[in-house]
Amino acid sequence: MRSALRTLDRGTLRDIALVCLADALVGASFGAIAVSGGLPPWVPVAMSVLVFAGGSQFAAVGVVLAGGGPIAAVVTGFVLNARLLPFGFAVADVLGGRWRDRLLGAHVLTDESTAFTLRQRDPKARRAAYWVCGLALFAAWNIAVLLGALAGGAIGDTDALGLDAAFPAVLLALVLPSLTDRSVRNPALAGAVLAVAATPFLPPGLPVLLALAALVPAVRTVLRRTPAPAARAAEPAGEAR
Amino acid sequence: MPLFAVLLLAAGTYALRLAGPVLRDRLHLSEGLERLLSTAAAVLLVALVATAALTQGQGFAGWARPAGVLVAGVLVLRRAPFPLVVVAAAATTALLRLGGVS
Repeated sequence: MRSALRTLDRGTLRDIALVCLADALVGASFGAIAVSGGLPPWVPVAMSVLVFAGGSQFAAVGVVLAGGGPIAAVVTGFVLNARLLPFGFAVADVLGGRWRDRLLGAHVLTDESTAFTLRQRDPKARRAAYWVCGLALFAAWNIAVLLGALAGGAIGDTDALGLDAAFPAVLLALVLPSLTDRSVRNPALAGAVLAVAATPFLPPGLPVLLALAALVPAVRTVLRRTPAPAARAAEPAGEAR
Repeated sequence: MPLFAVLLLAAGTYALRLAGPVLRDRLHLSEGLERLLSTAAAVLLVALVATAALTQGQGFAGWARPAGVLVAGVLVLRRAPFPLVVVAAAATTALLRLGGVS
């Protein structure tokens, strides 16, 4: 861990600390909302340690507080977390081949740790960014949820602080540099339009996954390139991307 | 929210997280496919930004939040430091709400 801290530059460490702070405020509000809605304090605390995925925790508790059944809450949370599957493939290299690292490291896979990892090029820095962000966020989130659950209704409305804008702002700041590459930007923008347009019609979580449909042209390019190089040369020039 | 529901969601979520790191070694992915995976992650993150900025439940989130995120986007493009980006986004949204814009 100490060598991981040394691998990262001070700017990245500062950014990770700030993300932890922002998420801690959201975590405290999660604990408070769950408890003031009538759930026993162990529910938000156990969820935060075991599920450790903010969006799905809010959604699942929201379903229960709105009178929905526990199965509906589980399904909603699970669908919201489905994006973790492709994230896991994208950052699999940082977890190496050791089972201990995989089993422990997988649990701290989040939007934020993925975004910080993608921002680094060097394999050592990717590893360090993943572990530092993942573990720090795990600590900050769980401590904050516990404090929020204990404080209960004493915590005010976090929307008044504009914290709901902080989460997309954090992710935007992390992902925007990768959009300078046109082969990433085009599907990303098309996917974002698809996701927003589909939001009124699909249950929570699915619109974001629908954005992957924007990758279809890129998938076709990869599949076309897989055969022997001779086949690539025979390809009509007009179709090349 | 009974305990079994919490455990079920936890187990399902952990499986989603573990699948990539475990399966990636067994599949021999071409370079193009590897790039596609990191593009897929960027596509999902941008879609997450867009839906989190613009929508709440299945409706519009109101103007205050997307305005804050827009300020953040402009600051990122102007290479503003990360803390400033995040604080400016939250402050813009909070001030608009204070001024009566939802």
